[in-house]
Amino acid sequence: MEKEILRKELKVSAIENGTVIDHIPSASVFQVIKILNLTEYQNQLLIATNLDSQKMGKKGIIKVSNKFFKSDEINKIALFAPTATLIIIKNFEVIEKKKVEVPDFAENIVKCFNPNCITNNEDVNTKFTVIDKTDLKLRCHYCEKITARKNIAFR
Amino acid sequence: MKNKSLISINDFTREEHIRILELAGAFEKRPRQHILADYVVATLFFEPSTRTRLSFESAATRLGAKVIGFTDSSSSSVTKGESLRDTILTVSNYCDIIVMRHPREGSARFASEVAKVPVINAGDGANQHPTQTLLDLYSIRKTQGSLDNLNVAFVGDLKYGRTVHSLVQALCNYKTTFHLVSPLELKLPSSIKMSIKERNLEYSQSTDLLDVISKVDILYMTRIQKERFSDPLDYEKVKNAYILRNSMLADARSNLRILHPLPRVNEITTDVDDNPMAYYFTQALNGVFVRQALLASILGVVE
Ligand SMILES: [Zn+2]
Repeated sequence: MEKEILRKELKVSAIENGTVIDHIPSASVFQVIKILNLTEYQNQLLIATNLDSQKMGKKGIIKVSNKFFKSDEINKIALFAPTATLIIIKNFEVIEKKKVEVPDFAENIVKCFNPNCITNNEDVNTKFTVIDKTDLKLRCHYCEKITARKNIAFR
Repeated sequence: MKNKSLISINDFTREEHIRILELAGAFEKRPRQHILADYVVATLFFEPSTRTRLSFESAATRLGAKVIGFTDSSSSSVTKGESLRDTILTVSNYCDIIVMRHPREGSARFASEVAKVPVINAGDGANQHPTQTLLDLYSIRKTQGSLDNLNVAFVGDLKYGRTVHSLVQALCNYKTTFHLVSPLELKLPSSIKMSIKERNLEYSQSTDLLDVISKVDILYMTRIQKERFSDPLDYEKVKNAYILRNSMLADARSNLRILHPLPRVNEITTDVDDNPMAYYFTQALNGVFVRQALLASILGVVE
């Protein structure tokens, strides 16, 4: 058991304070970094992808030092990484562990699937109501068309 | 409804729809009233739609309002690359209400969020055209006495016609039985059919117009466009199957009325025009009363 923990720590080293986003589908790791605006992050940031996972086959992990996300920020992740879990770390200890939740609204995260939508043709923030959380269907506030999971793309 | 924009048919409640239809009835009785004499109505047509624009301008002018605007974007600053946001912000300084038509879906909703004055959507791409839906409801209510428990047939292109989609959704509030007649390629989309199913309303689907004529109170005809078919041969096969001729109306109910959003091409033969069941030109006239009701209630000069 101890050996197991040690091995995991060697793969991605532990952080003292901050947030670990675990169980991200490997393909979504870089999307999550983008949504959370971590590309310019100045503190320690550990990113791992294609790790072996019993549950998922392959998974990604992001560890963000000295950062505690607001829940609405975190819920954005659920649109791309519904399997993700969040682990809040203080003084190397796990304070809280929770699953992400798909939000009721999504503002300016994804693109509208409809090429003729005003949001794809003018400088307008996208706004969606999530009308189906399990199948992930978003209704555009502007053109009223539905963007489904398979069509979701970033702004 | 004072200062409330009308972008989507769902923005107004069933009660507000009925209120507009009743007000429209009052304007039908007295279409010339100078109640908007101090108001300026801007009609911004980023794409041409002569019929809709004239209907709005007639409604506004008969109420004494001044009308400003443009008839298509080629004659305006839009061609110089101005954003919709800037056009709307500028124009809302000059008027009390904006009526707009735009080729992009969602443009009217966006404009209503930017404008300092209320906005009436006169068509945003394939999305919404709520004043058409209201004038259709007005025509149905007026000819049938009520909107409840009617048998309504929709014929032709049920897949792409936004007029059909909005009216089907609006009629779902009134225990309608739907008869959907179209070629297989142009069936009503499942997202719209979902509204019918959610309300547990009855509906039938058919490819044959003759199946429904004797069963319905309203026959809503639409045009089938050749461009909608990927294979021109498919169009050739169906193009004559959805044409209404006067001889087909022999077994119709006496209260049947025929509606069409116009322009008609050949889907209703001209020998139907003299039949008292033909209602499409009066339907267009009703649009003026409905638009008068909307302008007056949104500007707050009637309750
Ligand atoms: Zn959209």
